[in-house]
Amino acid sequence: MNPVNYLYLAALLFTIGATGVLIRRNAIVVFMCIELMLNACNLAFVAFSRMHGNLDGQIIAFFTMVVAAAEVVVGLAIIVSLFRTRHSASVDDASLMKL
Amino acid sequence: MNAQHLAAYTTSTGEAFQFWVLGTIAVIGALCTVFMKKAVHSALCLAGTMIILAIFYLANGAYFLGIVQIVVYTGAIMMLFLFVVMLVGVTAADSLKETIKGQRWLALLCGVGFGVLLFAGIGNASLKEFNGTGQANANGNVEGLASLIFTKYVFAFEITGALLITAAVGAMVLTHRERTERAKTQRELSEQRIREGRHVPPLPAPGVYARHNAVDIAGLLPDGTPSELTVSKTLRERGQIRDVSTEALNDLRALEQRAEERLERTAIEPETFKRPEEASK
Repeated sequence: MNPVNYLYLAALLFTIGATGVLIRRNAIVVFMCIELMLNACNLAFVAFSRMHGNLDGQIIAFFTMVVAAAEVVVGLAIIVSLFRTRHSASVDDASLMKL
Repeated sequence: MNAQHLAAYTTSTGEAFQFWVLGTIAVIGALCTVFMKKAVHSALCLAGTMIILAIFYLANGAYFLGIVQIVVYTGAIMMLFLFVVMLVGVTAADSLKETIKGQRWLALLCGVGFGVLLFAGIGNASLKEFNGTGQANANGNVEGLASLIFTKYVFAFEITGALLITAAVGAMVLTHRERTERAKTQRELSEQRIREGRHVPPLPAPGVYARHNAVDIAGLLPDGTPSELTVSKTLRERGQIRDVSTEALNDLRALEQRAEERLERTAIEPETFKRPEEASK
């Protein structure tokens, strides 16, 4: 097996995540699909790091993880405050910019 | 030894076996994340996929990232997701009705097209050989990462710290609620009840005597209709009230009929009882 298979797996996971974002309307599940896409990118970075034989790819994956952690904290806070005002976590209901 | 010499073409058979077995499970987990109806199930499937990705990181020589993936993603982020799912309501299942006609099929088409594009891109690239992380990890994976983070990427690292602090403050600002008025004490509430003259005694208890005494069953009024007052406000808002009034009234009707048969009277109304709104439909 060639490590390029990890890239194919990452592409597949990314595609599944992107489709999930388009299909689902529960904001939490949409958010989970975004996490899946970020994870797929990380896998691709790690596989590239191995192919090139240096650690830069792993550094980028590490920074992606930090950004994802910050993004999850803020995103979930937004979902919680949306749920408080609208009593629903559906992205269809949040059609206005104001609360 | 130069890098060209180190280049390899295939990984070990063990790693290939691990890839095919765990990769299949990872894809199944990802599909379950997308297609499970309840958010809790989606979150658990995603956690499984993330653990498998951590194993793949370890197999690729990214030892630090593999551990960080388990600690940060499955340990912190997924637990945060589960907490929010609990907060928002486990029973709030996604409505599966399409609001935009044909949106689901278009989305699937877009996804498949995107996947084909990605796969074609990777397939066209010439990626026959790879170097492996053996040389880069020679002094230890963590040491290698640290020397890169604190030299070449030190500016990005500093900015990351600022980002994390901003995110923490942002989350607190978004979820914090300032109390504009003092909460009423029990004494003030009872005084208010007396003054308004509504429901001076405690609210009636839920359940139908001698048959059902669960909290989600509304008590019946003398005319047989359920009383919303008897069920707690939380259950009422979630729409989780179980209505047994028709059942109870049908039982009562059957009992009366049997008694009348026994006493050899004619039945008054042989048909089963129906709620007024159902009968009017």
